[in-house]
Amino acid sequence: MTGTTHAAGRLDPRRAVSTRPARPADRTLAPFGRRRLPVVRRVERGAYVVLSLADPDGPEPDPGQFAMLAAAERWGGGADERPFLPRAFSIARRHADGTLDFVLEAVGPGTERLAELDAGDEMWLLGPLGRGFRWPRAGRRAVLVGGGIGIAPLAIWQDELEAGPLVLLGFRDAEHAAGAGLLRGARVATDDGSVGHRGLVTELLSAELGCDPRVEVYACGPPAMLEAVRVLCAEHEVPAQLALESAMACGYGACFGCVVPTRDGYLRLCVDGPVVDAAALEEVT
Amino acid sequence: MSLARRSSRARTSGRRFLGIELAHPIVNGSGTFDAIAARRVFGDALLQDFPFAALVSKTVTIAPRHGNPPPRLWELGAGMINSIGLPNKGLEGYLAEDLPRLAELPVPLFVNVMGSAPEEVATLVAAFSERDEVAALELNVSCPNVRTGLLMGADPAEIAALLDIVRPRTTKPLIVKLTPNCASPAAVAAAAEQHGADAVSLVNTLRGMAMHPRRPGAPWLGGGTGGVSGPAVRAVALAQVREVRERVQMPIVGMGGVQCGRHARDLLEAGADIVGVGTESFRDPRAGSRIAEELERIVANSGGLEPATGSAQRRVAQSR
Repeated sequence: MTGTTHAAGRLDPRRAVSTRPARPADRTLAPFGRRRLPVVRRVERGAYVVLSLADPDGPEPDPGQFAMLAAAERWGGGADERPFLPRAFSIARRHADGTLDFVLEAVGPGTERLAELDAGDEMWLLGPLGRGFRWPRAGRRAVLVGGGIGIAPLAIWQDELEAGPLVLLGFRDAEHAAGAGLLRGARVATDDGSVGHRGLVTELLSAELGCDPRVEVYACGPPAMLEAVRVLCAEHEVPAQLALESAMACGYGACFGCVVPTRDGYLRLCVDGPVVDAAALEEVT
Repeated sequence: MSLARRSSRARTSGRRFLGIELAHPIVNGSGTFDAIAARRVFGDALLQDFPFAALVSKTVTIAPRHGNPPPRLWELGAGMINSIGLPNKGLEGYLAEDLPRLAELPVPLFVNVMGSAPEEVATLVAAFSERDEVAALELNVSCPNVRTGLLMGADPAEIAALLDIVRPRTTKPLIVKLTPNCASPAAVAAAAEQHGADAVSLVNTLRGMAMHPRRPGAPWLGGGTGGVSGPAVRAVALAQVREVRERVQMPIVGMGGVQCGRHARDLLEAGADIVGVGTESFRDPRAGSRIAEELERIVANSGGLEPATGSAQRRVAQSR
């Protein structure tokens, strides 16, 4: 399927300078087993909480990979006695000392419990998981398009991209737009016009694609935004890599619960995603 | 059946099951561990530290299946509901692509099969019977997502008719996976034993459903209903394993909501010979080996298991 894409045989501009060992797999492998890690920092950014976990012995994740997270204590007993399963989160940033940042918004029993955690608390982490972003095709400039909590994997991707990418982020209001500070130099749109462009981030993207289609789009956000990005990019014949989201039980291919429909049938987002080529999708739902 | 305590101290490690040597008594429940996908994620570290004493495959059907439309999962306070729908490559694809890779695992392989009619099951069983990579076969007659599976496993006469057709097609051990969604799993187990089954495994998931939170009257799961698993079913599993143990002599694979060594011990004491782990692996991919280690410690500290039966001798007698 197209999820396995164009990485092979294409020039990786980083390889010549990378300090990472060459790896045979199409992803950075996860250590076998979840790790119990301490929270070292909790920072509120408007509607979002950024939790930092110390993972000095963990592997360096690929941008776009994710991890399954759960609180080590009191995981359960919230609304409907949930949560029970761990939750999937994009790795938003990795610091030089191995600290991993995750961005979350308290919207349900799992995220509410995680948002309570603070420095000194402990979490279970399994990862890094999934397949991340692939480098832009030759001659194309990266454009990052994020919506809401979907900005998370774009931050670590911006860190990795050498030529500074164009960053377009959309939020519903000023409280959420505070998350834009996680990336550098972002142009912001808000639904209510309280920050930046009043309207949709895809309107900013549309204007960009009209000016210069020699780009590759990397997008993460709510399904309606991703569908609009997919359609826009198809119209402009611009390649797009979409980081999708789906509820997962396991994160490592065991449960078959996280499938999304593609042109080639169902794809397990945890092992064949979460980054999927837009061309592989009929529609983002 | 005698409920007398076994006089010799039971060991938890190095046991034989259906004549197959197992390093410990913990296996996975069918459909809860995709070793091929896990190897892509964890690399060969998975092989060095494989969590189960045997791998039970996902269900294989004759024709490929895409599985059910999403959403496929619903979280409960003590478990989950799944409506996966048995996606698989079909017999031909499985033999060509999956079986060679599963043969690389350091543990015996039990292949789970399902057909919509006894003749289909017999075809699957005969095909796997020829393969040395396969240590045992498990018949899925109980998946609540598939109407025909429910029928074949829900009635003693149906299971007898199925085994009369399937049993002659293989000399490999045949395990029947029982459904809890019927009037009497013990009666089905007794019929299975009388008609040539070598073991039973139970419980499969309990049929359940969740309402859509935003669409009044609509089910959440794409498949409508699904199977409940996890801690929510543990007490049901214990009761059904005990009930089946009182009706049959053959070995039992006990499973349902096992999260730790104590839960595994409970199932063994209720009458299981080995224990399956499923949903807990979703939370912790090393759950199998962790639970085996915890069980070993519990048994060592308590001076042995107190099993409901003395089935060790029967296991040897039934070895094939």
